[in-house]
Amino acid sequence: MTKIDKPKLAVWKFASCDGCQLSLLDCEDELLSVAEEIEIAHFPEATRQVLKGPYDLSLVEGSITTPQDAKRIQEVRRVSKTLITIGACATAGGIQALRNFQDVKEFVSIVYANPAYIDTLNQSTPIAEHVAVDFELRGCPINKTQLLEVISAFLAKRKPNTPAHSTCIECKRRGTVCVMVAGGTPCLGPITHAGCGAICPSYQRGCYGCFGPMENPNTSSMSEGWKKSGASDDEIKRVFRTFNAWADSFREESEKHDK
Amino acid sequence: MSEQVVLERNDLNGLFTVLQGQGYTVIGPTLQDGAIVYDELTSDKDLPEGWTDEQDGGIYRLKKRSDKALFGYVVGPYTWKRFLDPPEKRLWQAKREGNDFRIIPENEPPPKYAFLGVRSCEIHALAIQDRVFLEGDYRNTSYEKRREAALIIGVQCVQAGGTCFCVSVNTGPRAESGFDLALTEILEEDRHYFVVETGTDQGAKIIDGLKVQPAKETEVAEADNRISHAAKNMGRKLNTEGVRDLLVQNHDHARWDEVANRCLSCANCTMVCPTCFCSTVEDVTDITGEHAERWQKQDSCFTMDFSYLHGGSVRASTRSQYRQWLTHKLATWIDQFDESGCTGCGRCITWCPVAIDLTEEVEAIRKSSSLESVVQSDKER
Repeated sequence: MTKIDKPKLAVWKFASCDGCQLSLLDCEDELLSVAEEIEIAHFPEATRQVLKGPYDLSLVEGSITTPQDAKRIQEVRRVSKTLITIGACATAGGIQALRNFQDVKEFVSIVYANPAYIDTLNQSTPIAEHVAVDFELRGCPINKTQLLEVISAFLAKRKPNTPAHSTCIECKRRGTVCVMVAGGTPCLGPITHAGCGAICPSYQRGCYGCFGPMENPNTSSMSEGWKKSGASDDEIKRVFRTFNAWADSFREESEKHDK
Repeated sequence: MSEQVVLERNDLNGLFTVLQGQGYTVIGPTLQDGAIVYDELTSDKDLPEGWTDEQDGGIYRLKKRSDKALFGYVVGPYTWKRFLDPPEKRLWQAKREGNDFRIIPENEPPPKYAFLGVRSCEIHALAIQDRVFLEGDYRNTSYEKRREAALIIGVQCVQAGGTCFCVSVNTGPRAESGFDLALTEILEEDRHYFVVETGTDQGAKIIDGLKVQPAKETEVAEADNRISHAAKNMGRKLNTEGVRDLLVQNHDHARWDEVANRCLSCANCTMVCPTCFCSTVEDVTDITGEHAERWQKQDSCFTMDFSYLHGGSVRASTRSQYRQWLTHKLATWIDQFDESGCTGCGRCITWCPVAIDLTEEVEAIRKSSSLESVVQSDKER
């Protein structure tokens, strides 16, 4: 492939903490190979140099929380051949989607000295609610190995290997002892999308569900189990309301315990 | 089988010395993160001395024993398949060369494992996996090499776990064959020793290097007693009468809906099962596209990808996934391999986060079906 043929990459930020796009810079050793294979055309966190679109691959981080961003994402879609969302904000609305369960105007009136300056939407929503998305990479934050896999797959025009099964499979493959069965520790692993490599259980912690719901999550059976071991509705609600609170199955389950 | 011998507890470490001297890596039970798992052992000090496990549906707890037994527990979350068919293994690599590519095969010599503490149910599981991987047109050559090199040192169960039911499926608790050596651990008030059975010439060669005495009749009888004790104390039981037809004829039983309400389709049951053998293959390319690898990864019939064909998953509901697993394990496995796929080890019951118990599920289906018709059709078959 000659230099002229290099696909152009753009990285876009919406409401987010920047952690996911930082994963690309975190690639360190592999970053040079990435830069050799693709032209980094728009990535303000990495370089001020901005090349004009259209872009072959857009990585979109963050959720839509303002009327301006709701317009901007349409423009991003227009200039992107392939659009991939990265991280829980972009794929599920992020931690800021906790506002969706409350009255935003009330927050604004309490938090800001001059609420009139704040122009925000009532809800934080994932990118796919606004534009067509070609692929969603889960995680809070995303796993950089998975990000490289997604970029490599894009370059090779193949499907990325990012299985949507439970985190338990990762735990068992790596040889971690189940913290739930052997320790009685509440763990979201059985209903959580794989991808992190089951980090928390390997440190004897329960899974927090950073990668959101797995392909067919049985959230009510999990809740039943916790209830039997003494968890309150409020505790169960909180477990489902973290980084992926607005993901359909987590949202629906938390609402069942919202009394 | 040759004459049984007695190995005193204090001479057990000699076994490690002999095995290591013959180039074996000893894999056996050891404490790790609140469970007894299989890992590399360097000496008898790595064994879980004075520990036992308590198991029930969805519950596993380590407990201190009042004695210093080395094998006073049953089976943990991991199985020997981890060492014979690793959960993640690279099958080959490929390198781009102009418009072509070159395959780089995996040529690592197989590790030489001595498995210490293999239980009867597990020996049966090895035989089942042998049949799956080594018979038929397509052999798992990596498994084959590891299996051929492996030495099996069994431990006879003298206690049963809360989820054990080997007696129901005729896989234990006594290991009759399939081992190079088998130990029965006996603790008396002032004595701690092992009665050792030899199963193969290879086992006999190891005995030659150990400090042993011929076993007295009373010692052999004591070992037998203790194994019988385990047989009488199974935590679970499974009625296998006509179970093949029972499951095959009840595909639309309401119980499948009921279990699907509880099942998380998390795949833990399949991951801990000593006979589940499914794997998937992932092809990966690196960022340059110059280098590709093919990996085999342990997989489960509880994932959507597992049954994905053009257009979607054949088994997309938890109901159909659980039904497929249980029906294959206890029924259609018989059609496929002439034996059941279940060894009664109870791991799928213990390690299910929501305590789904296959013995209970089969019983529930049996109770609400006409047993006579099932037994009848079993006879006709």
